[in-house]
Formats: sequence, C-alpha cells, structure tokens
Amino acid sequence: MRGVRVIGVGNAARADDGAGLAVAAALQGRAPPGVEILCSDGDGTELMQMWTGAGRAFVADAVRGAGRPGRIHRLAAASSRLPAGLGPSSSHQFGLAEAVELARALGTLPAELIVFGIVGSRFASGEGLSPEVEAAVQRVAWRVLAEIRNPPPGRRPRRGGRRPS
Amino acid sequence: MSEPTSGESRRISVDLLTRVEGAGALTLRSRGGELESCELRIFEPPRFFEALLAGRHGSEAPDITARICGICPVAYQMSACHAMENLAGVRVDGPLRDLRRLLYCGEWIESHGLHVGMLQLPDFLGYPDAIAMARDHPELVRTALRLKQTGNRVMRTLGGREIHPVNVRLGGFYRLPTRADLDALVPGLEWALEAARELGERIAKLEFPDFHQDYELVALVHPDEYPFNEGRLVSTAGIDVPVSRYDQVLTEHQSPHSTALHTASARGDPVLMGPLARYALNHDRLTPLAHETAARLGLGDAVDNPFRAICVRIVEIVFACEEALRILRRTGSADAPAVPVPLRAGTGYGATEAPRGLCYHRYRVDADGLITAAKIVAPTSVNQARIEADLRALLAGKLSRPDDELRFLCERAIRNYDPCISCATHFLDLRVERA
Repeated sequence: MRGVRVIGVGNAARADDGAGLAVAAALQGRAPPGVEILCSDGDGTELMQMWTGAGRAFVADAVRGAGRPGRIHRLAAASSRLPAGLGPSSSHQFGLAEAVELARALGTLPAELIVFGIVGSRFASGEGLSPEVEAAVQRVAWRVLAEIRNPPPGRRPRRGGRRPS
Repeated sequence: MSEPTSGESRRISVDLLTRVEGAGALTLRSRGGELESCELRIFEPPRFFEALLAGRHGSEAPDITARICGICPVAYQMSACHAMENLAGVRVDGPLRDLRRLLYCGEWIESHGLHVGMLQLPDFLGYPDAIAMARDHPELVRTALRLKQTGNRVMRTLGGREIHPVNVRLGGFYRLPTRADLDALVPGLEWALEAARELGERIAKLEFPDFHQDYELVALVHPDEYPFNEGRLVSTAGIDVPVSRYDQVLTEHQSPHSTALHTASARGDPVLMGPLARYALNHDRLTPLAHETAARLGLGDAVDNPFRAICVRIVEIVFACEEALRILRRTGSADAPAVPVPLRAGTGYGATEAPRGLCYHRYRVDADGLITAAKIVAPTSVNQARIEADLRALLAGKLSRPDDELRFLCERAIRNYDPCISCATHFLDLRVERA
C-alpha cells in the first residue's frame, strides 16, 4: 500500500489556529511505523506537494464558526467538496479547500483524503489552545490512529469516539 | 438583468476583488452614460508598520518589514537593508551581492509564476479561476505550481524559509548556504527556464484586448544589469535621480476612498511601476534567452498595453532563471556571511524591485542606531491612481454594457497589475482638524 501521511495545518502563534499542529505533535511517536507526520502553515501549494503520492492522507486543521468550540468535523475530501473558504482567503496563498479542488482537477488527490476540522474559539496572537480545543486535539489524534489501523472505508469508527482512557 | 439605458444613473460595485492579494473593492458611478467616478477602494486596515518601527534598532528593520507581506517579503528585507547600508556608507559586493540577487530571483519566479499561471491565465482562457482552468488545461496549472515551488526553494535555501525569510541581515546573511545547497537548486532552475520559455510560446498565442495607454513608467535603472537591488530612480518622462531624492519626485497624498496613500509625480500625474516600467527602461540589459522570449512575444522597446503585462512577467521569469543559474555557476564563497554595517545618526534611503514594482524605504536613525522615523512605499499604493486612470479609459464608450461584463472587465484590468493590496495599506501621518 502507498504511504499514509498525516498533515497538521495551522499557526501555533495564533492560539486555537495551532490545533492542527497539535494533532500532528500528539501523533509523533504514537503513529505506526511508516506513517509520515508533516506540518504546514496552510499554503495550498505546499499542501498539494505534501499529499501528492500518498495512498491515504489525513489533514487536521482549525476551523471557525462551524459549531461550538471543540466540535470536530470529519470530511472525506476525496468523495465530496470541501466548503469553500476553509483556510485563508488570500489568492496568492490559497488554502485547504482550494488545494483540494485543484488537486482533484489535476488528478493528484490521494484515494483517501480525510480532513478533521476542529472548531476553535480564539484566533488572536498568542500561544496555547483553549481547553475545549485541547481536548478535541486528543480526540482527533485518537480517531486518526484508529482510521490508520482500520483502513477499509465503510468501517470507520463512528463519530464522536470517546477519548482513550 | 435588463440592458441599461443611456440616461439613467448607475452604480456598479465589485465588493470584493478576487484573485488579488488583500481586500479591495471598486466603485463606478455613471450618469447619463458618462463615467462620473471610478474609485478603487482599498479597505485593508492601516498596518502601522512605520509607527511600530520607531524606537527599534535599525538592524531589526529587515525582519520587521518582511512581515508586511507573505508574497514579497524579500522586497521589504532588501529595501530595508539597502536603506541602512546607504546610511552607514557600506556597499555589499562580491558573492554576498550575488546571493542577494539570487534570493530576489527566487521571489520573482515564485510570485510571477503564480500570477501568470494561476491568477491571469484564467482571464485569457475564459475560466472563472485556476481550479476550473485546471480541468481543461492541467499542464498549465502544473507548470505554474512547479514554477512557484522552484522559486520558493530558492527563497528557502537563501532565506531559511520562503514566507518571511529569517536569514537576511544588514550587510548580508546570518548563515551562508553551502556549495551543495546551491548546486541542488540548479536542476529545478534549469527546468523552470525551459518551462517558462514554453509558457511564453503559449502566451504569444493569446489574444490581447486592443488597449493602449500613455504611461509615465518608473523603475530602477542600473547601468549593467536588469534591476533588482540597485539603480537610479528613472521615469520615461524624465525623472533620473538617485533613490535618496525619491520624495522630491514622487509625493504621497491621502484620498478619502482608500486606506492606502496615493502617489503622483511632481507634475501631479499618476505613475506606473512594475514589469512594464522595468521592461521599458531596462530591456536592453535582459539576459539572452529573456531577450529571445521578448522578441517571440513581439514586445519591442516598450509595452503600452497593460493586458500584455503577462508577457513581460514571463520574460522576467526567464530572466530570473537565467540570472539565478548564472549566479550559481559563477559565484564563489564569501569570506563571511555578512559585512559590518555600523549605523550612525542620519537618514538612509533604499529602493528595490518587488515583483509588482519599486518598493521604497526611508529611515531616520539616531546616534544609538534606533529608528526615529520610517517611510515605506509599496508599489501597489503608487500604482493605485494609475489603475483608476486605466479603468476610466477602458470603460469609455462601454458603459452601456451589462454590469456583469463591466465587472469582469474591471477585475481583469486590475489583475494586470498584480496588486498586493495588503502591502499597499500603510499609515503615514494622521492629521485631525477640529473646528
């Protein structure tokens, strides 16, 4: 099977925007051998490079305005469009949603690309996650691990899995 | 939408311009078929960079100003370095100068590659955006993305990272790349050179709107080279001064509809900076293959059609690749990563060529090397008035067309300048008048 990659997206100097990076950090040393863990500031061209050639890719990113803080959204990007505007809206540095659509058009989207979005509440300058987001980071890390270990689509763990004890 | 009749009053607004950097909008007002006003509104919040530089040490200016923009941070770093070095009376030469030019090549390749392939080509080929274009022309989008990555890699090698590089300092760099780091850039740049030339062939076949303007073009002019970092401030209407006289020949003023300051020449006319200006004033100093590309695109001595800026950008990508390869082949190792730049009290001036035009910095520094005043002029704020003038000329006789058509035409015309609206917004001097 072609490689599995996990990409944490965000800016740790912008509070909850660091959620995706925190997921990547939480998986360091816990992911099965051979799984690549990468970090990105969200630049679309970089994201496309990061997932090109992967068989399966998981992207973790902070989202805003999509429910209460700490809520987790799971999107299967290979089979459905991402809501536009996920990530930065600048044209020179297009974001995750545009990168997914561009990769789809170019045929470089991995067969499985799962995006975990964690709803954040604070995006001001400064480090450190809100407690709800911190808890969600651990849940997403756990869900990514579970999906890596149970690859067949259709037998994914149900949403809202509990935190590991 | 109904066809407008000639007598009515119309207001067309493009509330958020797409495929440009930053937040801007355009409002046109017409009455009786005549254009009453055309305002490119820039509503990025003021950035206060000039104010927050006050009190900081001069050596911090390159790192602070790099944060103004994630697209052309090198322009800010280089202009800041040159201004401080101008004040200190230091010249950076030899391999360090070469490596600075190489860093700038990376920024041009990255910025122009993205603009040509992803932001401008969709306009010419009739697509709403690059994603739609990618479905029919994946090879064009792949090339654009790879060009951008190639430029980014140059920036990463020299600058430590591609966005807001951290390795630039007054007098040179913090750490020099190894010979192996530099050699590793060669294959990518060789690919980019050929890819840009091929893209040039493709661009040569595009149809360009028949639109010509009489511009006063302003760029740096250097006697021996196509300009990045050094040269005199020259215009096609007779300006020819050292950069230290910038404020005497180009003045800024406020305009109620825009957060960004407007610029005019001493005669009060708008001027244009960027690829068209650099090309008109420097094309005889392009590298051989860039010359050849310009000839195949039929550019001649000057380009007066802003829609052809895409042609000049591709010529400049070819130039930047050739120049980068030339530097990589010839440059030796520097004795030290930087030369000392002892700051003293006084004023320093610097201007370098950002992908979208000349970026001017002026710093007043005290005896302790602390900045007491800063002025930074981004090319997009200079070009603003000229963009508005273009739009007025472009719309003449076309106001009876449907709103959607006008909106697309205006957006497309604005994209010709690759405006970086987030850069253009700065705050110079607040004057409150109370009765």
